[in-house]
Amino acid sequence: MIAIIDYGVGNLFSLQSSLKYIGQEAAVTADPETIRSADRIILPGVGAYEDAARKLRESGMAELVTEVAKAGKPLMGICLGMQLLLEKSYEYGEHEGLGLVKGSVVPIADVAPADYKIPHIGWNALKFKGEKDPLFKYIKEGDCVYFVHSFYATDCADNTIAVTEYGAELTAAVADGNVYGCQFHPEKSGGVGMKILKAFCEMGE
Amino acid sequence: MITKRIIPCLDVKDGRVVKGINFKGLGDVASPVDLAEFYTSTGADELVFYDITASSEGRKLFTEILTETAGRVFIPLTVGGGISTLEDFDRVLKCGADKVSVNSGAIRNPEIIGQAAKLYGDQCVVISVDIALVDGVYRVFSRGGRDNTGMEAIDWIKRCVADGAGEVVVNSIDTDGVKQGFDIPLLKEVCKAVNVPVIASGGAGCIQDFIDLFTEIPDIDAGLAASIFHFGEVAISDLKKAMTKAGIPAREI
Repeated sequence: MIAIIDYGVGNLFSLQSSLKYIGQEAAVTADPETIRSADRIILPGVGAYEDAARKLRESGMAELVTEVAKAGKPLMGICLGMQLLLEKSYEYGEHEGLGLVKGSVVPIADVAPADYKIPHIGWNALKFKGEKDPLFKYIKEGDCVYFVHSFYATDCADNTIAVTEYGAELTAAVADGNVYGCQFHPEKSGGVGMKILKAFCEMGE
Repeated sequence: MITKRIIPCLDVKDGRVVKGINFKGLGDVASPVDLAEFYTSTGADELVFYDITASSEGRKLFTEILTETAGRVFIPLTVGGGISTLEDFDRVLKCGADKVSVNSGAIRNPEIIGQAAKLYGDQCVVISVDIALVDGVYRVFSRGGRDNTGMEAIDWIKRCVADGAGEVVVNSIDTDGVKQGFDIPLLKEVCKAVNVPVIASGGAGCIQDFIDLFTEIPDIDAGLAASIFHFGEVAISDLKKAMTKAGIPAREI
């Protein structure tokens, strides 16, 4: 069973449906026992970093997600959920993340040329970094996934497993051991996205 | 490099697609769910569901269809038609829509854009504008292109984007239905005026019209059409191949 962490952020209908579509049982939950007993954890998220980080802490989910991640359970953060896994965000101020993966979150506008539109919305190609990660075992380099974001992860050291090009190289996915993060939305990325979710659902087997 | 999006638009009335015809291998051509799956499998980058029902019963059917589609199709879904309150936003987002397109509702109540953007994020709010050239000035029309509001179109679009609209759909009344190509001069004006994604709508009659659109306006993000896809005049897979061949970044399945 996959636990989709419910901390009052975002619409989880598509995420749950996409997991069901690939034959995975998924529960949207904030129940500690359900989360501890799940095989894998997904941390979703849309909206503003500060608000989401606060809700994650106030709901007790920050502590719990850290606990299960440190225990070695496969965890994947999606979009803002990925950014929350990092150490810090500079989205309108300076905010602490969970610090499970090295890196920080900064505006795309800092690196993309001035005529590039912000947010970065649409289908963009993945370029793998380093050895091809098992998360991508069912897809190939150049496959497109769906992005919607105005801030991106930087200084992730060798934890970056894929980037995408938008006038500059933007971090598309990170991994540190059992902890994964996707800046794009696999649940909105058609067949390629389903293959990424499927690979995640086989992690730790 | 980010790819140029191709977006089929499905007009839905009482839970059925209004214009939908003759696809080989497609069971029920009037089923929005079947058509959505068909388009997704042939390379559509996004789908627009446009609710043209007026009755509350029809609206209920629409949300059921939307829920079913969102459970089977995993690409971005935009919903438009009859959106005028935050409750309307809430209703369709809960059913699995990713973005909500507002047109006449924003003309009647411009505050809706800022309110929705604050609540759901800019990326969720799409402003759709029906525009025609009247005595040399681009004007905004309401009620499905019937009434000239007298508003200057570029000013209106700039205002909506400043208020938080994250995307703009430009429907040219002058080219719509004529099938002689998109309204390039109008779209150029809009692209110059705003720095959010702009989606061209109205006028596509063949593959070359899309090639011309993306070649003549490198800043345009997407092309939207309805009948040429529904009537099978243009297959999205062929269109994507032609785009790649012309050097336009496209996502091929």
